[in-house]
Amino acid sequence: MSQPARAHPFMPNSAPALKSALLAELGLDSAEPLFGQIPESHRFRGDLTQPESLSSEVVLSRHMRDILARNRPAADAISFLGGGCWHHYVPAVVDEIVGRSEFTTPVWGTPSSDFGRNQAWFEFTSQIGALVEMDMVGLPVYSWGCAAGHAIRMAVRITDRQRILVPARMCPQRRAVIDNYCGSADPTARIEVTAIACDEQGRLDVSALAKALNETIAAVYFENPSYLGGLELAAAEIAASARSAGAETIVGVDPISLGVVLPPGAYGADIVVGTTQPLGVHMSAGGGLGGFIATRHESHYASEYPTLLNSITETVDGNTAFGLMLFHQSSYGSREYGKDWTGNSTYLWAIANSAYMGLMGPQGFQEIGALIASRAHAAASRLSGIPGLRVSLNGFFKEFVVNFDETGRSVSSINDALRAYDIFGGLDLSQSFPDMGQTALYCVTEVHEDGDIERLVAALTEVLA
Amino acid sequence: MTLRRYHAPIWDEPLLMEMSVAGRRGQHFPIEAGGQALIPEALRRRIPPALPEVSEPDLLRHYLRLSQETMGMLGISLFGTCTMKYNPRLNERVASSSAVAGIHPDQHPDTIQGLLALVYAFDQMLRGLSGMDQFVFQAAGGADAAYTHACITRAYHSAKGQALQRNQIITSIQSHPCNPATAATAGFEVVTLMLDERGYPSIEALKAALSDRTAALMINNPDDMGIYNPEIAEWVRLVHEAGGLAFYDHANFNGVMSKIRARDLGFDACMFMLHKTFGVPKGGGGPAVGAYGCTDRLRPFLPGPIVSRDGDQFALETPAESIGKVREYLGNLHQVIKAYGWTRAMGAEGIAEASDMSVILNNYMEKRLLAVRGVSRSHPQLPGWRLEMTRYSLGTLFEETGVSAVDVQNRMADFGIDAFWLSHEPWIVPQPFTPEAGEMWSREDVDQWIAVLAAVVDEAYRDPDLVKSAPHRQVVGKLSGANLDDLAIGATTWRLWQKRRQGAL
Repeated sequence: MSQPARAHPFMPNSAPALKSALLAELGLDSAEPLFGQIPESHRFRGDLTQPESLSSEVVLSRHMRDILARNRPAADAISFLGGGCWHHYVPAVVDEIVGRSEFTTPVWGTPSSDFGRNQAWFEFTSQIGALVEMDMVGLPVYSWGCAAGHAIRMAVRITDRQRILVPARMCPQRRAVIDNYCGSADPTARIEVTAIACDEQGRLDVSALAKALNETIAAVYFENPSYLGGLELAAAEIAASARSAGAETIVGVDPISLGVVLPPGAYGADIVVGTTQPLGVHMSAGGGLGGFIATRHESHYASEYPTLLNSITETVDGNTAFGLMLFHQSSYGSREYGKDWTGNSTYLWAIANSAYMGLMGPQGFQEIGALIASRAHAAASRLSGIPGLRVSLNGFFKEFVVNFDETGRSVSSINDALRAYDIFGGLDLSQSFPDMGQTALYCVTEVHEDGDIERLVAALTEVLA
Repeated sequence: MTLRRYHAPIWDEPLLMEMSVAGRRGQHFPIEAGGQALIPEALRRRIPPALPEVSEPDLLRHYLRLSQETMGMLGISLFGTCTMKYNPRLNERVASSSAVAGIHPDQHPDTIQGLLALVYAFDQMLRGLSGMDQFVFQAAGGADAAYTHACITRAYHSAKGQALQRNQIITSIQSHPCNPATAATAGFEVVTLMLDERGYPSIEALKAALSDRTAALMINNPDDMGIYNPEIAEWVRLVHEAGGLAFYDHANFNGVMSKIRARDLGFDACMFMLHKTFGVPKGGGGPAVGAYGCTDRLRPFLPGPIVSRDGDQFALETPAESIGKVREYLGNLHQVIKAYGWTRAMGAEGIAEASDMSVILNNYMEKRLLAVRGVSRSHPQLPGWRLEMTRYSLGTLFEETGVSAVDVQNRMADFGIDAFWLSHEPWIVPQPFTPEAGEMWSREDVDQWIAVLAAVVDEAYRDPDLVKSAPHRQVVGKLSGANLDDLAIGATTWRLWQKRRQGAL
């Protein structure tokens, strides 16, 4: 280096004189002896092949902005993508709260010094509990798929059975996560996953389910709404038949629907899982994902939670406070003897979720539910007027399937063409479910206005002309 | 040194549910009167969810107060093993911009070339720091990366026709609990090696554990005591000789970054925690990223998709024998972008400097902490310097005063010092504590931290009850000690708590 060394902005002790002073305290004039535990043969003395340092923020800012300018984010275009990550509106207040340094930067403190955050977490679990109507809710997990995987493993331990039933037409990504969670290096511990036939909107075929249900089944897992958008009309019936076979009912939900859709606690679910991303978290290319697990407050469920559990309690002088419950059964408490594992999760998003649910309240959830259902149905209806499109017209919440077989075009070619209109068409299902032909999953939420649907209809009409 | 005066903010902030007043609203949406009727009657919710009803300003002020009632790195947090770092706010700004936050993960690759370019570039940067051939970012935390490795181990031996035979994963008692826990979740038997008097397991112990049943080694180095196993390359060689894979849990990378590379030591795979070493905020426990890197031998098994490059164009590809998914989509990519920003700001020289600084500062701390009465370090007989952490014991203090490490932690919070790390289970030294200074804390911060610890130890000898009953200047006092594991006492939701208080349970 030809220029004199200067302290790095992130490292207060890196000014040469300060570093030397610290080394002098140790009787050293270089840091090298401090690494004496590492044999020379282990040391790397080559080039780390890093790009040039951009320690000047003004330069780095421009550099990242220029690269990211190559993105066309869905939120700035007109997008109908959903399927596992959805564009919902994030109130500005939620961004303000979740961006607070006190929530963003720390790791873990004492119950007293982390009091505010622990309260926010308790408000998260409490509000999820209110939405799904369950009394016990764990701190969040990575995603809906991971929540489903853990819930299935809980059910297997509870029932001491090793087979589960899932919808054949479920999100391939969630299914892939579940498949890993059900796999085992120990053949006697493997969980066998059987797919149950579904209708065009992803609802379970109840007679196929009845045939598959028996005393070897640990759990029936279904989603409401299903991956293909259909509301599971037979939810209570499915839960009842699972119960009579001694199996657990695990229901996956999109909580933003629960202002207008019956909560799973009301139709017999034993374990409820779902996503938290729609509750005030930006999509962030999938970085917004989060998941939750909820059950009744009963010991056979409580004792199988892999998550940390944040309980309300009191201080010695009678103030409300929060502490960990059943910590010993977590992997932190019991290593390989714990329940699955836990670790870093999506705890910051729990605060966003909590603020979001609080802003919404019962009326907000009802309004947004009615608005989404109304706009999604209106969009489906408008699309069904385009020649060659077969569209599900009812029985869904915010997502519906559109089949393009009669147009003779592939979803992929149609979506390519729509991009020229700055429109991102629905998720292409043709690879995941070839038996459904050229089908796309369209998602419409509160962010879509009538004009957006009109633009879609006009563009599709041109593309298919 | 003068101790800073401190008192935590107290707002007596009620629970959001207690603030609820019927009829208040926090958000409006356009009213679609017919919307609810579109939900089939059998599935229509008739009883609205019992959520709080609050106005927007009240809700904002509620959470701002809760943020104030969270110390949140405004004090001094030397939480060992987690590598407390500065989280550059530029990266927060970039990641929250629409160009990142507004992306749907299923967008066509043509529309996310900027995102993929940064992910690809950061993969290359981690390759430089580790010698590995490919990184993926799907794992949503360090433990998830350990789980990824367990799944890849399963797939690798299965592909070689040895799935049934190779069913053991070896680790050490000083590894993070996520290593044995994820190995067990993936169906492996866990073999845990104990430490000998040098602070790490002996080669003989490893050899005794190795067999044709060995599937993998999952190990950290240095461990949380700042002790580096100088035989690790030989360990890896022996594991390979036995037919197993070697995974390097690089949770404690900060002290050795730029000094060693996992590949050079023979490892097949490694994991970096972007929310620890690479300047990404922790968010109180995620969203996080366990960046999993491996050699070409394991690349076919990686969870997909991975980002590939052809000239200026970036695409997504799924490896041939992929284990599928450990989590949906490509991972917490907004955090990968922050890590890219941090690493570019540091550059190779900055990274080497940060490693130096973290080890210098730890040894400076150690010298001063060992001068405090009642404080000793693990393996006191071992000569030489520790790396970026040292495991200490307050066992002597506890024996002499009855004041525990947790008591000291609680009392230090009265001085604006956030929790230190104690130790993972099981404790192998009595009353452990593990501070990690890293590179972001100034010498003045570290001096203040030590001065507070010394003052609290002094209090413990003079007036142990003062420390045992701490904290006294925090948001709330010490927990009552009620047995929250008792289902009649613990409650994770307000609805349960209310039912219990109303005598319904």
